[in-house]
Amino acid sequence: MNIIACVKQVFDLQQVRIKKETREPIMENIPLTIGDIDKNALEEGVRLIEQHGGKVTVVSAGSEDLEETIKEGLAMGADEAVLVIDSSLDSAESAVSAVVLAKTVKKIGEFDLILLGEGSSDNYSGQVGPRMAEILDLPLVSFVKSLKVDGHRIQAVRSLDDCMEVVEVDMPAIVMVMSEINEARIPAVTQILKAGRKPKQVLSLDEIEVDPAEMETKVETLSNLAPEQDRKQVIFKEDADTAAADLFNALQSEGFIGR
Amino acid sequence: MGNILIFSENDRVAYSLLGKGLEIASEQGSTVGAAVLGANLKDRADEYVNQGAQRVYLPAQGKEMLESNDAAAYAEAIAQIAREFQATVILLGCTRQGKELAGRLAQKLEAGCINDVNGMVLREGQILCERYALGGATVMTQTVTASAAVISVMPGTYEAVSPTAPAGEIVEINLNLKPDKIQVMERQTKAADSVDIAEAEILVCVGMGLGDSGKMPMIEDLAGVLGAEIGSTKPVATDQKWVSEERLIGLSGKKCKPQLAICLGISGEIQFVVGIREAKTIVAVNTDENAPIFSTADYGIVGDLNQVVPKLTALIKS
Ligand SMILES: Cc1cc2nc3c(=O)[nH]c(=O)nc-3n(C[C@H](O)[C@H](O)[C@H](O)COP(=O)(O)OP(=O)(O)OC[C@H]3O[C@@H](n4cnc5c(N)ncnc54)[C@H](O)[C@@H]3O)c2cc1C
Ligand SMILES: Nc1ncnc2c1ncn2[C@@H]1O[C@H](COP(=O)(O)O)[C@@H](O)[C@H]1O
Repeated sequence: MNIIACVKQVFDLQQVRIKKETREPIMENIPLTIGDIDKNALEEGVRLIEQHGGKVTVVSAGSEDLEETIKEGLAMGADEAVLVIDSSLDSAESAVSAVVLAKTVKKIGEFDLILLGEGSSDNYSGQVGPRMAEILDLPLVSFVKSLKVDGHRIQAVRSLDDCMEVVEVDMPAIVMVMSEINEARIPAVTQILKAGRKPKQVLSLDEIEVDPAEMETKVETLSNLAPEQDRKQVIFKEDADTAAADLFNALQSEGFIGR
Repeated sequence: MGNILIFSENDRVAYSLLGKGLEIASEQGSTVGAAVLGANLKDRADEYVNQGAQRVYLPAQGKEMLESNDAAAYAEAIAQIAREFQATVILLGCTRQGKELAGRLAQKLEAGCINDVNGMVLREGQILCERYALGGATVMTQTVTASAAVISVMPGTYEAVSPTAPAGEIVEINLNLKPDKIQVMERQTKAADSVDIAEAEILVCVGMGLGDSGKMPMIEDLAGVLGAEIGSTKPVATDQKWVSEERLIGLSGKKCKPQLAICLGISGEIQFVVGIREAKTIVAVNTDENAPIFSTADYGIVGDLNQVVPKLTALIKS
């Protein structure tokens, strides 16, 4: 079985701080990593291969640092990487990423299953999967929390707002996973060392033949600021008795007791 | 701006979008239509008119294709209706189905798409949309620059406002749809926990610092004396299942606006904080004085919740 796992290079969001005066996020010197749910997508691919045999190709579109970032994905068990690198793909909008990824998948040619995350860590727009499904004319199963493969068919449990569905579809297909589908492995040092030697193909936008018209942005971002926060920040650090009493008094004076 | 088309598989969500759609349309001189798909079409169409839809589209043929939840068929149906109606703005409910539909529909219509929108304003003929970004750390204001826009709005963002003199027409439309590729083998309604934590005035929120489910009675006691509902972080609801998923607060759960939120054993990762940021007062109890939750708290206790919670409960009781 040939599996493609699409993962996005993102800033490690845990490390993003907010500039107090301007409420802007500080993005300088923040390490890059693979999106959280994307790791679950890759993990699911690796597990399926361990069970059924075959190959997992990790696919990503991004800017220059991608070759370094993707090592983590190879260390997690992907057999090879296909990367599209272009400076314009740094923080590209989902519509553009979907076109680039669809073209890349076409170029790879042989695949049974494309795995993606439910949303990217930074954008969380959930557009790339549905847009790829349209471009490639493939069935898409979204919000998947468990996945089985049986011959050329997949069975998935999808979690919608008010119901759970068990669905089946023939491959090739696209599956968008939720984070609860598995716990992504943290690669061992030996895996990380081996990752550098796994096959890696780097493609340019020309090589995957994207039409410049398809790269046009469709959405403009006007501002991106942290919401205003005005909290009292009174911290009680004494022993539990005193602290609980202080908190009780505070809650009482705010009118929350005996409502 | 052309016409505005509204769709959600959840009628209540659709009604709330009708109100907002009419407000935008009245400033733009455009018409607001709604697509009604699925079962029980005729009765629902009448109600959409009551709710202010100026034109309601019902599928005449091809509706048997729309009995599954496969967004592929829905996207094709709504694309055909949007073209017929000359809609350039399509407002969808950002349920999970709605979110999948949004991307597919936008691709078909070569539209720009903004999902998870929790606020819209019209400025100089452009709809400015607000949504969380960077995991919830920031709020982005975005607008679609392509000639068509697909915008999916978080349920609960707007209230339905039924107009005083509704007048709309119901139009049947022939849809040309392909059969679904996905087969639904089984469908199970999620056991609804009768609470809606988004409506709660006071929330007691628990995180992984609780340690194990055996301590839930202690939390229930505190919630009891405060008249509060219990909410939780994601790992507590989805991994540990100490509480049901309806109690999940945050980016992937409910966004709540209580008067008071008490956060116990919660680190305060941004994906959680977005769900309580609009609380009037936030209290945090955490053993780690560097836990990020303290930076969004009005009152904090650096301490062990196992000691603090019973004491606080006892004080409130007396
Ligand atoms: C795309 C995405 C979406 C997400 N959506 C959500 C979401 O909607 N909601 C959500 O909650 N999370 C969400 N998360 C996960 C989020 O990033 C955090 O992992 C999660 O909120 C952490 O939960 P926690 O605070 O319960 O656990 P932890 O981070 O493990 O924190 C436990 C805390 O308890 C404290 N503690 C330990 N023992 C005690 C004690 N005895 N007394 C007091 N304090 C104690 C510790 O100091 C620590 O701060 C999402 C993540 C991603 C990537
Ligand atoms: N640039 C990219 N390269 C590879 N995969 C991506 C990229 N952007 C998004 N994805 C995949 O698409 C999913 C949804 O992304 P989004 O639509 O941005 O929320 C992610 O979880 C990834 O699996």
